[in-house]
Amino acid sequence: MNAPVRVARDYESGQEVRWCPGCGDYAILRAVQKTLAELDANPSNTVFVSGIGCAARLPYYLATYGFHTIHGRAPAIATGLKLANPELDVWLVTGDGDGLSIGAGHLLHLLRRNLNCQVLLFNNEAYGLTKGQYSPTSRIGTVTPSSPAGSVGDPVSACRFALGSGARFVARGIDTRIAELQGTLSAAHAFSGTAFVEILQNCIVYNDGVFADFTERSVAAERQIHVAHGEPLRFGPDLNRGLILDRDAFALRAVSVGADGVPEEEVLVHDQSNRALATLLATMEGPDLPLAVGVLFAEEGPVFEVEVRDQVEERGHLPLSDLLRRTSTWKVSP
Amino acid sequence: MRFRLRETTLQPPANLTPSTGGVVVRFAGDSGDGIQLSGMRLTMAAALGGKGVSTLPDFPAEIRAPAGTTYGVSAFQLRVGEGEVLTPGDTPDVLVAFNPASLKTNISDLDRDGLLVVDSGTFTARSLKKAGYDDNPLEADTLNGVRTLAPDISRHTIDAVKEFDLGQKGSLRCRNMWAVGLTLWLLDRDTSEAEHWIRNRFGDTPVGNANLAALKAGHAYGETTELPGLDLLQTRETPHDWAPGEYRTITGAEALAFGLAAAAERTGLDIVFCAYPITPASTLLHQLSAMRRRNVLTFQAEDEIGAACAAIGASYGGALGVTSSSGPGISLKAEALGLAVAVELPLVVVNSQRAGPSTGMPTKTEQADLLQALYGRHGEAPLVVLAPRSPSDCYTTAIEAAGIAIRHMTPVMILSDAFIASTSEPWRLPEPEIPGSDAVEFRTDPEGFEPFARDPDTLARAWVKPGTPGLEHRIGGLEKSAGSGGISYDPDNHQLMNDARIAKVAKVACALPPAAAEGPEDASLCVVTWGSTFGVAREALAHCRATGTVAAHIHLRHLHPLPANLGDLLASYRSILVPEVNSGQLVRVLRDRFLVDAESLPKVTGKPFRVDELIGAIESRAKAVS
Repeated sequence: MNAPVRVARDYESGQEVRWCPGCGDYAILRAVQKTLAELDANPSNTVFVSGIGCAARLPYYLATYGFHTIHGRAPAIATGLKLANPELDVWLVTGDGDGLSIGAGHLLHLLRRNLNCQVLLFNNEAYGLTKGQYSPTSRIGTVTPSSPAGSVGDPVSACRFALGSGARFVARGIDTRIAELQGTLSAAHAFSGTAFVEILQNCIVYNDGVFADFTERSVAAERQIHVAHGEPLRFGPDLNRGLILDRDAFALRAVSVGADGVPEEEVLVHDQSNRALATLLATMEGPDLPLAVGVLFAEEGPVFEVEVRDQVEERGHLPLSDLLRRTSTWKVSP
Repeated sequence: MRFRLRETTLQPPANLTPSTGGVVVRFAGDSGDGIQLSGMRLTMAAALGGKGVSTLPDFPAEIRAPAGTTYGVSAFQLRVGEGEVLTPGDTPDVLVAFNPASLKTNISDLDRDGLLVVDSGTFTARSLKKAGYDDNPLEADTLNGVRTLAPDISRHTIDAVKEFDLGQKGSLRCRNMWAVGLTLWLLDRDTSEAEHWIRNRFGDTPVGNANLAALKAGHAYGETTELPGLDLLQTRETPHDWAPGEYRTITGAEALAFGLAAAAERTGLDIVFCAYPITPASTLLHQLSAMRRRNVLTFQAEDEIGAACAAIGASYGGALGVTSSSGPGISLKAEALGLAVAVELPLVVVNSQRAGPSTGMPTKTEQADLLQALYGRHGEAPLVVLAPRSPSDCYTTAIEAAGIAIRHMTPVMILSDAFIASTSEPWRLPEPEIPGSDAVEFRTDPEGFEPFARDPDTLARAWVKPGTPGLEHRIGGLEKSAGSGGISYDPDNHQLMNDARIAKVAKVACALPPAAAEGPEDASLCVVTWGSTFGVAREALAHCRATGTVAAHIHLRHLHPLPANLGDLLASYRSILVPEVNSGQLVRVLRDRFLVDAESLPKVTGKPFRVDELIGAIESRAKAVS
């Protein structure tokens, strides 16, 4: 194997980055550039398609092909793009408002069709570009200019939405854990089909600290579980905690492992091909359970654009002149 | 120049000999009676016999309305004549009613001298009641002396197919073929085409043989029964000399599908056709999906917006994206069309207009989306608008639309309608398309590349496929710097870019043929039409001239931009009449653009104009200016 010939800088477009200072998007952009370098991605064969919102500016900052489209519609644009050219390496960039509100209908169908692409959903639980309204992922009671008395209505869980839509690859990353995010992005890229990655991203202006419960250094080990296929689901400062299945409640339970707790072998082992387990992991939101990070679910299946192209190929190519004559014709002589 | 249209085949024939006579037949019955299918058999038989023919399918939105109800009546009208039959006729000369409900809903249209054929076997107390008749109209004196032929078609059919053991219900399903047989006899046609079709469709099966038997029995009934007053069916026109060639019948939806496939062949591009099911536009999706062409892909999207966006994505990827819908769906696509205008990608949008607003009357026709096509977007978002004038004209319109979209890097909207999509006419098959005859050259040279630099001739930007080395760039809906394409909020740049987008679309007019008036040069009155109103206007004018009324006709295929000489041409008439199946939309555009005193002749009933309506309007205007 040759060493990668490109470095992260090679993927910078040179356009001045215009996110707010301290925005989590900077870290995600960096992770994307480093991942592309690690993959030695060919910039001319790589396309970033985005919708509208702060996250959707990302394509401008990458030295690849990029299409900043309209609010919520990036999945549909990407679908047409891949139908036209299945060889392209397509990444979608969306946010919680773009992907789970105005564009939820498109995202659902992208995920169930299993178009071969990567979806990065930046979730900051707020509308940033329109100045801070609550979003479909905002927790109940979120006070914003459009919800002065607190937002009403249960939020949507991005990963559960993806799993419910039939996504075959569902992962979660955090803007403050870049090395791990890079690994997740690489896994998403290696996956054949739609790879959905929710990235928890701190909006420093409108929703600062909204994920602090999970991400503060003092609580991170206790409040996050980093899942890996085939590994026991353990967490905590000394991995002294673990997840077991409470069969009566049909739910996951966090327990102490070892001398004062349950035996090690009772701790669940992560199986990324198990959609039910992935759903239980995606559902964990505290305070008694940790937030699951990493690849929750991955199981390959038929890829949409390949199936469509194969079908067209199999049905054959009739000459146009034959098609015109598939009905009765008659001739008029001179 | 990167791309040049072969102009030769893109103009519809200039000279027409509109038929002003002929025979109009209407079949009417339950949606399940096989009415549409029967109508097509009569159409084919007439066409194969060298007649001109035009059809009007008319079916309810309900797929299978309860049998015997008036709202479940499906109808198919055709007019057979010599020469170009441009309309399906105003009123039937022959009405074939399969049950009391279809008699009730259609009898008022029957010509006073017409012939009514009914299946008297269906006039039971129960079905009469369902249709809302208190008394049997065949017995009561409610048909106002219309000549009536009332065989018990049900009984005759059951007798004719007895040997095939289809049971009562199965036997009665052959009733439509019995009626087709009788009607073919009335039209002086033989049954060979219908026999051929039945054989192809059903093969040598009991159902196939029963249908054949019913068809022949109906025809024989005509031969052996002394029928009243058939002189009305003797055509008084002289036989027409058709241009030599091979012909078939075609609907607008079929012609659009073939035209798009032809565009793929010429340009060497894949067509990626993206649509969401909607009446009456879905027919085009079906036609293309069934096509078996490697360069024609269809995608049934999750919604109208998704369909428009996927088409834009396909064009971005280097295919020709096409999206199709009817009015309400086009409304949903409007935001995406703004994006296509902003990023300057080729796109073809087909609107098969239907009666609106909202769900309106989905199976009925209207031309009321013209102003939507011209102006119905946010911001300054000009695009090219074309309208085919007839089913066969859809073929050339699709090719022309694709060519303009590619050459000028712009969305092009085709305004078809429910009438054009479903009506059929004879069509002389075009010359075989030459693969790559209009091949598109994508930009591949990185030297001096700027995404929004413009061709000095067309003002179009270069088309670059992602995947091309060295040309990586970003595009989007944000305003772009002229040339470089970088994001720009500069006020002068925004003015410049708006001006450039408008000028680019306006420049399409430079390559268009000048508008031309048909008719006498000394006419003071000019009738201006667009889209499917062409045929009825041309036929009405032929009537008018035959009776001494002088009027000219301008038909517009290009609605934006308009032909460059149109203003001067209109100024040469003292009176301008604009019939449209809307409340007066083109007329506003003409008044606005050219300050001419054009008068509107509006109609929004969900039906095309009738020839007699236009004759009346033209004669009264002509009198006023003479």
